[in-house]
Amino acid sequence: MNDIITIVLFCIGVLFNLFGCIGLIRLPDVYNRLQSATKCVTLGTCSILLGLLFHYGFTTIGIKALLAIPLLFFSATVAAHALARGSYLFGVKLTDKTVVDDYKEMAETIKNKHKGEKNALSEDQRNS
Amino acid sequence: MKYVIYIVIAFIFWLLITSSVSPAILLTGTIVALLTVGLLGRYFVDDVYRLFQLRRYYWFVIYLFIFIWECLKANFDVAYRVLHPDLPIKPGIVKVKTYLKTNIGRTTLANSITMTPGTITVDIIEDYIYVHWIYVSTTDPERYTEKIAGRFEKYIKRIFE
Repeated sequence: MNDIITIVLFCIGVLFNLFGCIGLIRLPDVYNRLQSATKCVTLGTCSILLGLLFHYGFTTIGIKALLAIPLLFFSATVAAHALARGSYLFGVKLTDKTVVDDYKEMAETIKNKHKGEKNALSEDQRNS
Repeated sequence: MKYVIYIVIAFIFWLLITSSVSPAILLTGTIVALLTVGLLGRYFVDDVYRLFQLRRYYWFVIYLFIFIWECLKANFDVAYRVLHPDLPIKPGIVKVKTYLKTNIGRTTLANSITMTPGTITVDIIEDYIYVHWIYVSTTDPERYTEKIAGRFEKYIKRIFE
């Protein structure tokens, strides 16, 4: 019985990882690719880890697999957020299909603020 | 008080990872826990008394189930969009207002939004969360706020605030 559950979970995991990779190739821009990279790949990997837990039970390996799930969740989401914000501020364009963009003005303000800080910094260096 | 609790949590985590109680491991664990909390403890939440309020755990368990369900839905949604020959996407960045006040509440909300159907948090500035949405179905701010953040906000408020 446990073996069947393990195999099913492994299959789901591999399948979702595959979907994530297909999405990575097919979707048009950075932000859409991040969508598939975070969601499908996280669930796929979590499913494989759960399969490991079922296979080994609550032994050393099983508990480690269980602990890896929340860590993976938090790191994946935070990494996606950081990548999305970083690439927007760096100036990576949204795809042509985009319908709304509320972040534009805010991004400009943030960029100008950083530019101001940088200029102030270089002036300080020149003065000193 | 705050630091003691964090040290205990870090130590328990270490024990779970190593799953052994030999003296050398315990000693290393203590040193590592002290180091971690000493270096990074100040970045964590200040009001640890909330850890001892049991009803928060009750809401947390309910929230966990809702979250897992939403997460599964998100995956099927993205898989469908990726595999569909026409690639049915309509992406955009929308601005969502949140009424959560604490940092940890907002972080949890942002992370939850990232894991749910077609949305990724791009930035949080003051009370607004900027969300990249793979299929913008409505441009009415009230409706998409409810759709994206509404279902989590009430639980997160009960857990963390």
